[in-house]
Amino acid sequence: MGANEGSLLDKQFQQVKKQAQQQQYQQMAQSVKPKQTWVKNAVAAFLVGGSITAFAQIIQNIFQSAGLAQKEAGTATLMIMVFLGAFFTGLGIYDNLGKFAGAGSIVPITGFANSIVSPALEFKREGFVYGVAAKMFTIAGPVLVYGFVTSVIIGLIAYFFQ
Amino acid sequence: MPGVKKVGQRTIQFANPPVVMATASIVGPKEGEGPLADCFDKIVQDTYYGEKTWEKAETKMLAEAVEMVIKKAGLQTGDIDYLFAGDLLNQTISANYAARQLAIPFFGLYGACSTMYEGTILASILVDGGFAEKVVAATSSHHNTAERQYRYPTELGSQRPMTAQWTVTGAGAMLIAKEGSGPRITHATVGKVVDQGIKDPNDMGAAMAPAAADTIITHLQDTGRKPEDYDLIVTGDLATVGKALVEKLTQQQNIDLSKNYTDCGILIYDPSQDVHAGGSGCACSAVVTCSYLLEEMIAGKYKRILGVGTGALMSPCSCQQGDSIPGIGHAVVFEMS
Amino acid sequence: MSILLAFIIGGLICVIGQLIMDLTPYNITPGHVLVGYVTMGALISSVGLYQPLVDLAGAGATIPLSGFGHTLAQGVLQAVKSKGLLGVFGGGIEATAVGIAAAVVFGYVMAVIFNPQG
Repeated sequence: MGANEGSLLDKQFQQVKKQAQQQQYQQMAQSVKPKQTWVKNAVAAFLVGGSITAFAQIIQNIFQSAGLAQKEAGTATLMIMVFLGAFFTGLGIYDNLGKFAGAGSIVPITGFANSIVSPALEFKREGFVYGVAAKMFTIAGPVLVYGFVTSVIIGLIAYFFQ
Repeated sequence: MPGVKKVGQRTIQFANPPVVMATASIVGPKEGEGPLADCFDKIVQDTYYGEKTWEKAETKMLAEAVEMVIKKAGLQTGDIDYLFAGDLLNQTISANYAARQLAIPFFGLYGACSTMYEGTILASILVDGGFAEKVVAATSSHHNTAERQYRYPTELGSQRPMTAQWTVTGAGAMLIAKEGSGPRITHATVGKVVDQGIKDPNDMGAAMAPAAADTIITHLQDTGRKPEDYDLIVTGDLATVGKALVEKLTQQQNIDLSKNYTDCGILIYDPSQDVHAGGSGCACSAVVTCSYLLEEMIAGKYKRILGVGTGALMSPCSCQQGDSIPGIGHAVVFEMS
Repeated sequence: MSILLAFIIGGLICVIGQLIMDLTPYNITPGHVLVGYVTMGALISSVGLYQPLVDLAGAGATIPLSGFGHTLAQGVLQAVKSKGLLGVFGGGIEATAVGIAAAVVFGYVMAVIFNPQG
């Protein structure tokens, strides 16, 4: 019994010691990490993200001046932007833009299109069912899942509390 | 009772040090633009290498590297007793499919990025033990196949953090024989799996550094040597972050590596190549060892090198489940007599 | 003027995403940012705070993925009024159907036409 207790204590002691050691190491690892260039990244994200949305606004203005209602013009613009995002991913340009712009090219809807096309392209060799079609949603799928679930929850709340 | 060829805790001292008869290295376009471009046997300009998929391209590179090393030694495939090979892909398909066309008795290995050194140690054991005369150790990795498997699709517009490393595209092979001329393998220290709780898969250098430092320290203790006994101490793919950590960890044990220590992941690329921390992947230590390092030994620049192949033994699955990244480091001493 | 506002607001929305990715631990990935934007966009929109931003910045607020969340939320809120419980389930998806179908179809077509370049 005593010996058992001793070895149990010993085990615990070893564990605590190991944890302390790991923590110490992780602090050390943190200290040698190269600085994330977050100011530069934020500026790049602002410029590219702003340019993408400004470009979309230009298209929307054109649609509106051609006589489309604001809502229809918005939807048509969305489609054009999705197409462009998909097209430039296909050309192999969008990933290079993303390397520079980060969230600036991830957050706009063109980035959503990129997240659909890039795995679809990449897994073409694994076939058109389990490759292209299945992998298409590896990143976009979660977006749709959480988007739909949120919308249904909002709908339920609106339904029962109005 | 310890083995007669074992010294200290876990170091092998070869009784009849095997010879590196020949080496071969093939790399992709990005490595071909790096500072070691002139050292490689072949630079492939197309990441597909004429194949339909990147996986097939990697297999082709690996098979070609093995054939090349045999040819460089002036031998035939039939002269080779065994082949040790491995890579990063699931079920090590590059190695398996390369072995399918090579028809050499084959041991498949998985040591992540340490595979070249793991294979070298095992091949040397077979040769020194008298189980074989000529053994080939080889490995490969490919930036795009690794990226697909471990991270994101290559066309996804995501940013890599500054600690991230760039997987080397290429394949390296080493022919280890009982007799011949060339650098000899005198010692090997087998690594332990060490895990200091690093979880960030974009910070592999930090995950592997404790294992590398552990192996280096143990090796020096086992052999009773000092860092100065080596012309060069070189780790596999720790890159800038991991190298800095190894220096700090060894300093804590009063071992000063600052004079003659470097890393293959730093040697292979120029900082201007936008690889962030440096190179990684099986091919990183393989192509640098099988070209630059051993060639410089033959040229007489280095007499004795301690190479430590480092590997991060995680999978995307273990990372997503939140487990930390275990690392390993295998050390091999190359000596020019 | 509308273009300048779209540029500034759109840019700022992207900067928030960049800061989230850069200043949080490694396990916040682009996927998490996208999911977060849609969810937050829908929640903010459901309490009526996103529409003013859209009125101000136009595409600057609708093109970022939070605008997708906005469309989901507005779609479901309107459908609840007109269709009741069925609208709860259909409204969001109906309102975003064009965008999603476009993304899927264009995505598929691009995958057929192009090959990844690495």
